[in-house]
Amino acid sequence: MIRLRLDPIACDGRGLCLELLPERIRPDSWGYPIIHPEPVPAALVAAARRAVAACPQLALRLEGGAPAVAPARSG
Amino acid sequence: MTVACPPAAVARDRGRLLATERALAAAMRLPEHRRRHGGPPWHELPAAPAAGLIQLADAVDLRGRGGAGFPVARKLEAVTRSRATPMLLVNGVEGEPLSAKDRALLTAAPHLVLDGAMVLAVAIGAAAVVVATQARTLPGLERALAERGGQDPVPIRLAATPQAFVAGEETALVHWLMARDPRPTARPPRPFERGLDNRPTLVQNAETVAQVALLAAHGAAGYRSAGTPGEPGSTLVTLSGAVRWPGVYEIEVGSPVAQVLARAGGPTQPIRAVLAGGYFGAYLPAAALDRLLWSRAGLGQWGANSGAGVIHLLASSRCPARDAAHLATILARESAGQCGPCVHGLAAIAAGLRRLAAGPPGALDRELAQLHLWMDEVRGRGGCRFPDGSVATIASALRVFADDWEAHAVGGCVAGAGAAASLAGGGR
Repeated sequence: MIRLRLDPIACDGRGLCLELLPERIRPDSWGYPIIHPEPVPAALVAAARRAVAACPQLALRLEGGAPAVAPARSG
Repeated sequence: MTVACPPAAVARDRGRLLATERALAAAMRLPEHRRRHGGPPWHELPAAPAAGLIQLADAVDLRGRGGAGFPVARKLEAVTRSRATPMLLVNGVEGEPLSAKDRALLTAAPHLVLDGAMVLAVAIGAAAVVVATQARTLPGLERALAERGGQDPVPIRLAATPQAFVAGEETALVHWLMARDPRPTARPPRPFERGLDNRPTLVQNAETVAQVALLAAHGAAGYRSAGTPGEPGSTLVTLSGAVRWPGVYEIEVGSPVAQVLARAGGPTQPIRAVLAGGYFGAYLPAAALDRLLWSRAGLGQWGANSGAGVIHLLASSRCPARDAAHLATILARESAGQCGPCVHGLAAIAAGLRRLAAGPPGALDRELAQLHLWMDEVRGRGGCRFPDGSVATIASALRVFADDWEAHAVGGCVAGAGAAASLAGGGR
């Protein structure tokens, strides 16, 4: 299962990914990408790779395999 | 914490964490601390200390007291999974503007926190302990360390932190200590994988660490002698707003909020609402105060959580719409400014609330729909949980003060025009 992940700190909302993968990425009210939470279907993996490669901030990545589980914050 | 002290209350010695009715300036010295809690508690740890402490923490379902309520045992497991020697970071930053309990605890009972730090450090085999808190809290800790005379089994360092809201977030704190940048980091590794000195790092809130000391010193049975079967122990709360004696109080988990309000001299005015948990909490109607029990279960019934232990009373003479708009404005200002949805979204939401509170904006339904859309677009989209916590509190304000938003939309204010926001000056 391949998932798209966004680093929201790195993302500066330039929006190249929005044009390259409109099927999985849509803009919010301020132009920042909202990523579809479901895994990327096989037919879109190539387009997803292009969107990842196009990000000038390297904020987007593709993740395969088991998702990491982590304690979120100090409590 | 510079509040008048009720003379009768100080004599009532009911605390586990705090020896007096309220956290006052005087620190408990080491000899008195040892009389109350016994010898250094890390001597009591079993041969396999990590497993033993994990079992003990699970036995009382000990949760973090910094706001997220994460199980202590799970964090212990995570940080001991690696073969690398870990670090322990005691988080006493307390960025929550309405909370004073961690600093009160570090000031009034420094040895309890330091004992707990040693129990954790020995259990996980830590290379060192760092206690991080705001600069004004450090002198008391320095005195306490001097009293201990270097007898602790693991070296302890103290570190001063910024006062910013987000600076207490776990990744922000590690970021500050490693690179002098107090902003959260979103990318792995997480602190339990690689944190201080590039070692796996266990980060625990200061009150949580003191709870570990109590647990190690008095055992699971002793720990369970307070609280409820599901949520044993005691906890610290910070009372503020329209209450006679604001300050930090220790209560049994599951006890009625009305009880601690009575200890604090009761409300000074008729109450409109209570902000439970803190800036990352929930507004509840005043009617909740009669029945509300301070526990995950009790607060959960009202859609709230204990958060950082804040109980802020909002007087009915205040305008809750302006109060909520003010809170949203502070939250927007305190964003670390890194993630687009948090920066732009919280600013837009705060401006929307200010427009509504200033009234009359016209079509209330449209304004509210816009606010809810923005909140949906902000939730879950930050590098840390700051935007989520902020939006949850704002959503509760829209819910609980529905009548007030409506009144403002037609140019009126239930609380009377010109009421100032109580959060501006009523905090501490």
